Amino acid sequence: MGNTVFEETLVGKIEQDEFMLSGHNACPGCGAALTVRLMMKALKDRAVIVIPASCWSIISGVNPLRCLETVVLHCPFPAAAAVGSGIKKGLLAVGDQDTQVVILAGDGGTFDIGLQGLSGAAERNEDILFVCYDNEAYMNTGMQKSSATPYGSASTTTPAPRIKPNPKKDIMAIMAAHQIPYAATATIAFPQDLISKVNRAIDLKGFRFLHILAPCPQGWGSPVEKTVTLSRLAVLTRIFPLFEIEDGKRYRLTYHPSVHLPLENYFGLQKRFSSLGPREVEQARENVDYYWGELCRKSGCSEDCCRYS
Amino acid sequence: MILVTKLMNGNEAAALAVKLCKAQVVCAYPITPQTSLVENIAEMWATGNFPGEYISVESEYSALSYVVGAAYAGARTFTATSSQGLAYMHELLHWASGARLPIVLVNVNRALGAPWSLEPDQGDSLSQRDTGWIQLYCSNVQEIMDTVILAFRLAEEARTPCMVVYDGFTLSHTYEVVDFPNQEEVDQFLSPPPQEALFHPSRPETIQSVTDYRYLARVVQAGHRAMLQVPDALKKIGRSFSRIFGRDYFLLKETGLEEAKTVFVATGAIAQTVESFLPLLDGEEVFGYLQLKLFRPLPEKEIITAFSRENIEKLIIIDRNLSRGMGGIFAQEIRALLQGTAFRGKIFELNLAGGIDLTLELLQRGMAKVAEQKDGDEKIIWGVDL
Repeated sequence: MGNTVFEETLVGKIEQDEFMLSGHNACPGCGAALTVRLMMKALKDRAVIVIPASCWSIISGVNPLRCLETVVLHCPFPAAAAVGSGIKKGLLAVGDQDTQVVILAGDGGTFDIGLQGLSGAAERNEDILFVCYDNEAYMNTGMQKSSATPYGSASTTTPAPRIKPNPKKDIMAIMAAHQIPYAATATIAFPQDLISKVNRAIDLKGFRFLHILAPCPQGWGSPVEKTVTLSRLAVLTRIFPLFEIEDGKRYRLTYHPSVHLPLENYFGLQKRFSSLGPREVEQARENVDYYWGELCRKSGCSEDCCRYS
Repeated sequence: MILVTKLMNGNEAAALAVKLCKAQVVCAYPITPQTSLVENIAEMWATGNFPGEYISVESEYSALSYVVGAAYAGARTFTATSSQGLAYMHELLHWASGARLPIVLVNVNRALGAPWSLEPDQGDSLSQRDTGWIQLYCSNVQEIMDTVILAFRLAEEARTPCMVVYDGFTLSHTYEVVDFPNQEEVDQFLSPPPQEALFHPSRPETIQSVTDYRYLARVVQAGHRAMLQVPDALKKIGRSFSRIFGRDYFLLKETGLEEAKTVFVATGAIAQTVESFLPLLDGEEVFGYLQLKLFRPLPEKEIITAFSRENIEKLIIIDRNLSRGMGGIFAQEIRALLQGTAFRGKIFELNLAGGIDLTLELLQRGMAKVAEQKDGDEKIIWGVDL
């Protein structure tokens, strides 16, 4: 990768004020920590954060320590969307109209055990922002597969050679089907995009959803210094496209890569994909191309790529 | 005090009590036989006759999660359920008590499956015995209305969640004449609902973060001590209730214990049934009766005092619930409590698990078996013989 890729993704300046303190409990190279550091730059001191069981149950600090400069409330694993909705309703009942309620859940608490509550809150159009930081497996307990784990990934519960045979659940399509005001994907290698999507979300009313890819060196088996690179490669290989959906209908690609990097560039940096043979890589490519084609169609993309879809 | 009487069933009484208590956030999921309770609240809310917010969610799990959230924020909250719904709430029951949230929950007793059943077995609420919730059992519709009002004050003063329990159909759907409290009386009894959030982003803090035994042990013990204060707190609140509403409330209700050789012990609708049967029992013998209202914490002092009278030879404890392999749950609790006390009588268990209705004939049959029971016989006298 040349410098052009860096220039493409780092445009403008990032807010200097920090609302996440150093001394947190994240592992070296943690994508989830960087996700929240960036997210907090947008939220500032306007939001309370609700955290179900996930890496962030630990990262946020062991009692009595804390690393976020706001109110953090912990709750059981499947409960986040309903607890957050209740907090918002409770705040309104006691006269606080302004405080935003933001759920910070991992992929397990979003795609798997949290899905019922998430769907319920989305259907009721509860006035909350649900942020999923997706490290594509149960990382807090040591890399067990979730329904966000991509096709071909090994995990401790899908060990090689019995790698995960099914594609990653399409959570964005599920959220779009609820016709919520706003849903978007983001990732840490595109910080301005991530921050602007958080800002966009908190300016809206009703149920808002952000799906943020957060690489995990521990689980993915990648070098700790490659977290941001992997985040960028996920977008450039189109395995994790950046887009947003308004009211479940209007799709928009928020970043269209000018290069189309092969999936091997992304897989090659991660041990979890190390057992894949050419046939599996081809299958993964087909999955990615199909998804990208669908996305281009829905968003009315006119770039050359769409001729292949 | 202006007395207004109205004809209503248990679920209507509970719904009206929640309205009078000005619950700010009510969230529930319908389940038989609780359904008409939430329908009543929904109806009042839809027509502008309910002071708080009512939210209908996709599961009992989310219903209790929702009120946990609202209570975190500081609001006065209420939810209601039955049976499988209470079991589905289990994880959040622990969370609510661990976080010391003063939530009031009505559980309308219904047997847990399998098999499916609508019978008023108490196994649903009693299997939540160790979740750290106060449990109050009601024996008639008046008591349901009054206990919900008492529960809001008790939960808020003890900072402990409180479950109000009554029998499905027998009380939830049966109409009785109720003295209807007016809003001024309830406002006098219960403080106005909170108007301030318990937290704000300008005051950073982390609530319920992961901890080790040193802090967790303190949390657990503080919850226990708060529970131990509940009997005295409830007595004090009961006196205030009597002054305002003119009805007495109690941790337990006893009749005839000064002279009785045989004392019946019961909870819920069965307690009132037993009370009404006492004058109909044949023979010269004087029977006593004790209704347990507060369970968790069990009012130890009061129960031991009640049963330490020398005249008491037999306790017949009637349980409409069963801990399989052990016996009726109230019976086991009372057995344990009376160990090493002045009680010298024998304890008999009449078990109606499965939701058996207590008829006079059944009670008499049970008493005949008590009279015949010898050492070595099966401990439990069953309401239905196999």
